[in-house]
Amino acid sequence: MGILGIYASANYPRVTNSYESISTVTVGSGGAASISFSSIPSTYKQLQVRGIGRTTSSSNPIFIQLNSDTTTSNYYSHALYGNGSAAYAQAEGSTYSQYVNYFPISTDTASAFGAVVIDVLDYQNTNKYKTVRALGGFDKNGGGFAWFNSTLWKNTNAITNITIQPYSGNLAEYSSFALYGIKG
Amino acid sequence: MAAGSTYTPIATTTLGSAQTTISFTSISGSYTDLVLVLNIAGVSNAGELLRFQVNSDTGSNYSATSLANDGNTAASGRISGSTWAYFGGDNQGVKTGTSLATAQFMNYSNATTYKTVLTRFNQAADSVGSVVNLWRSTSAITSIQVFLNTAKTYTFSSGTTATLYGIQAA
Repeated sequence: MGILGIYASANYPRVTNSYESISTVTVGSGGAASISFSSIPSTYKQLQVRGIGRTTSSSNPIFIQLNSDTTTSNYYSHALYGNGSAAYAQAEGSTYSQYVNYFPISTDTASAFGAVVIDVLDYQNTNKYKTVRALGGFDKNGGGFAWFNSTLWKNTNAITNITIQPYSGNLAEYSSFALYGIKG
Repeated sequence: MAAGSTYTPIATTTLGSAQTTISFTSISGSYTDLVLVLNIAGVSNAGELLRFQVNSDTGSNYSATSLANDGNTAASGRISGSTWAYFGGDNQGVKTGTSLATAQFMNYSNATTYKTVLTRFNQAADSVGSVVNLWRSTSAITSIQVFLNTAKTYTFSSGTTATLYGIQAA
């Protein structure tokens, strides 16, 4: 039977679409306590954050903050995750209510970065609370997590700022996040 | 600010006959992430995992953590030091009917980090799963090979489609 090879050329005809890149942040030498996307345009229907990262601490969780709101009771998150041995369900309404993913820690396999795709849905709608969903995790060749997450921000304001930060420590150098807008 | 159109189809195909491997080669390094979408029309032999390799690397350079539900049990699995990566959980052998798989190759062309690939695999009326794969190489990904059994003798059915997209950050 044949092997189908497809030449993936950069010259394939490009088409315009409604998915646009807004901004990219890459962490430099020394790390960063957080990364933020601010002054987010109001011209899209949905937002998506795509990124890779690891932390400089001994703690895996990654948090999301919207409009610089640090009040944990304004968030609620649910997660379904697996650690390679078992599947777990988690609900958080207080300290860890802003969980969005897990990244490798400082002592994990060097050069192994976690990845996450975060959808911020209907972010301009002032008639409802905002919902964030995430898919991601990391693997370090003998450990790691696969992670689904949904986070509620109990605020009807339009989202103008998104911050990603680790639960403790910094995001490591070469962590990189890109914000995209999707028109509707 | 906005850099214009960003989500670009790079290549696509529909199988006109059964094939053992679906490959994308000479992938441009000009994007940030790649997204592969597979709509599998059927397979010759049920039960195998849906696997992939990159850059034709057949070494023990892959590992993964999975999460899947077969309708009875939610389970998490792991492979370490593997010669392949995969789309679905350990309990998601590909059935002979249709199924859908996606893979997100994150930051695939950077020369600094190992490569993480987020996948999903959905089989109607059967199972759903997601895997975080790691390819332990800092090389840019320039080709992708998708296959079933490790001997690469089982086939994807005619009518199977595969599309590769590039996402370019500002």
